[in-house]
Amino acid sequence: MTTTTHDHHDDHAHHGPAKGLARWLFSTNHKDIGTLYLWFSFAMFFLGGVFAMVIRAELFQPGLQLVEPAFFNQMTTMHGLVMVFGAVMPAFVGLANWMIPLMIGAPDMALPRMNNLSFWILPFAFAMLASTLFMEGGAPNFGWTFYAPLSTTYAPPSVTFFIFAVHIMGASSIMGAINVIATIINMRAPGMTWMKLPLFVWTWLITAFLLIAVMPVLAGVVTMMLMDIHFGTAFFDAAGGGSPVLFQHVFWFFGHPEVYIMILPAFGVVSAIIPAFSRKKLFGYSSMVYATASIAFLSFIVWAHHMFTVGIPFAGELFFMIATMLIAVPTGVKVFNWVTTMFRGSLTFETPMLFSIAFVVLFTIGGFSGLMLAVAPADFQYHDTYFVVAHFHYVLVPGAVFSIMAAAYYWLPKWSGRMYNETLGKTHFWLSFVGVNVTFFPQHFIGLAGMPRRIPDYAVQFADFNMVSSIGAFLFGASQLLFLFIVIHTIVAGKKAKAKPWDGAEGLEWTVPSPAPFHTFDTPPKVD
Amino acid sequence: MTEQTDAPKSHLKVVLTSLAVVVAMVLFVFYVLRPMYYLICEWTGITGSTFETAEAQPFEVQTDRPIRVQFLATNNATMSWQFRPVQTEVIAHPGELIQVSYYAKNASRRDMVAQAVPSLTPFEATNYFLKTECFCFNQQPLASGEDTEMGLVFQIDPDLPDWVKTITLTYSLFDVTTASGTARLDK
Repeated sequence: MTTTTHDHHDDHAHHGPAKGLARWLFSTNHKDIGTLYLWFSFAMFFLGGVFAMVIRAELFQPGLQLVEPAFFNQMTTMHGLVMVFGAVMPAFVGLANWMIPLMIGAPDMALPRMNNLSFWILPFAFAMLASTLFMEGGAPNFGWTFYAPLSTTYAPPSVTFFIFAVHIMGASSIMGAINVIATIINMRAPGMTWMKLPLFVWTWLITAFLLIAVMPVLAGVVTMMLMDIHFGTAFFDAAGGGSPVLFQHVFWFFGHPEVYIMILPAFGVVSAIIPAFSRKKLFGYSSMVYATASIAFLSFIVWAHHMFTVGIPFAGELFFMIATMLIAVPTGVKVFNWVTTMFRGSLTFETPMLFSIAFVVLFTIGGFSGLMLAVAPADFQYHDTYFVVAHFHYVLVPGAVFSIMAAAYYWLPKWSGRMYNETLGKTHFWLSFVGVNVTFFPQHFIGLAGMPRRIPDYAVQFADFNMVSSIGAFLFGASQLLFLFIVIHTIVAGKKAKAKPWDGAEGLEWTVPSPAPFHTFDTPPKVD
Repeated sequence: MTEQTDAPKSHLKVVLTSLAVVVAMVLFVFYVLRPMYYLICEWTGITGSTFETAEAQPFEVQTDRPIRVQFLATNNATMSWQFRPVQTEVIAHPGELIQVSYYAKNASRRDMVAQAVPSLTPFEATNYFLKTECFCFNQQPLASGEDTEMGLVFQIDPDLPDWVKTITLTYSLFDVTTASGTARLDK
């Protein structure tokens, strides 16, 4: 790629950002909307984090100390929903908004007004979801997977608000995904051919296809619930000839691609950061692209591995078990490529790199426990235990969340024009790294020993590990306050950053000044 | 940089194609995924639950092959009726037409409507267990204090796999008083 010096004396053609609140409310600028998404997801990360702290505080000791079991169930449900739909997904959409146009040399996203809409419906969705906590009967209490008939026949009245909140989140994600697809297909700079796209752009393109394929399925399944609850249908009601197991099939047909929606952009992020701090090109670029596409394809044919214990036929168990284990192959290709990129590189360990290396190591641990869960006969023991909790937190927290933090440290100089404090960043990393492992590693053990998930009380033999886990969770939670401080400190008082603060970094985003001007690439750069 | 881009590409095509995918996926859930689930259930017999009326077939009765057929009854959730099989077990020979019945009494103080949902073990036998008459085909209303015997007439298809020696049929009784009148969804 050539570097282009961008000319910024084109103020006649463009006005700057509007003043005050109007700038944010009516923004059609991809950078502003990206910023809104990122701050929103940061806020949801803390909201979901507070719910997690309530859960861990209650589980600090056996017995019931702090909250009623009914409220505990609302906490597990809301924690899952807020983290999945409020923290992780919008964070990646925020990164996409900020970085995709900068990475492909486009002046903005393809559909700026729709971009504004897809962000601004989100706060309403989450306000509605959070308001259920104050409703009679309480918030949804059926787990983030909202299995029928728990979420239909036995649900609190607030379930209707939950359903509409999910509808709005789905609409937001679909619009965001269409925007990403249109931007990447139509707005690449001249010479930016498919196999020159940065991997973050590739992974997001594939994620966007997953989103438009499965968010409608989620909308469909909650619509069926709505009809069962209010309009007398019996999609999931056995008495009326429906089937609760049908719910699980439809839900996981959405739910499994959904977990890849939350991890593929993370793969893109670390594929940008690891080469930058290894001062080498990414090893096996094209194999990365094909591996991502393979994972996306496989994600559609493995959903029933979440349901091994419902009584699917033997042939089904075998098929879903083998298909699931197959995903380890393209994922293994990726891990191999990251490690090989680092091999004999001149490594330095700035904060983004630390988070990325931790991602590779800890995500792989989560992947291995996933392989254990994929073994159908073994899953009969692990199903619905804390082992499952440990598994998906390993892939989501030091997986997806660490990659978002790595991305924040890596691109914060570009966004704010200022460098974060490296000592504080590293302190945040080490606290998070220790916190995450102290929290979730013991959960493998108590899961294998038989502690079920989603319970407010437990047998005394699990007490020690639960206390360790809670202490880790408090540490991890508190260290995120440091992260908030670091971000604010950077924006307010960080040292001025160069256009390219990382000497090994590559990509068009580093060819524009820091902070990135309000309008970039009005004239497309030439890529060769 | 003086080079100009080509005229901006139209986003309309991409947006419309994507929207078509979105609409297709919604329809897919309702008109493909759900029917497919029931087709697979029916084809494999895995849920052990058939609601279809079978015609009595003129099978030759295999008198040398006794099959134990056991009957169970379960009340779902808060269902308060007395509900039990009149015969807990019969010996059936494949091809034979056999009639049994279940007893139900509404001991509550209000008039109620119930729906029985069958399930059969082993599921491999589901498609060889033909119900020519079954109380599960219809909802059963009972006034407060009323009781009734509900009939079931079945026939076992002689093609039943050889390894099946015992068939267990269980009915779960659901309270559908508030939802009665709602037709069962067509599969």
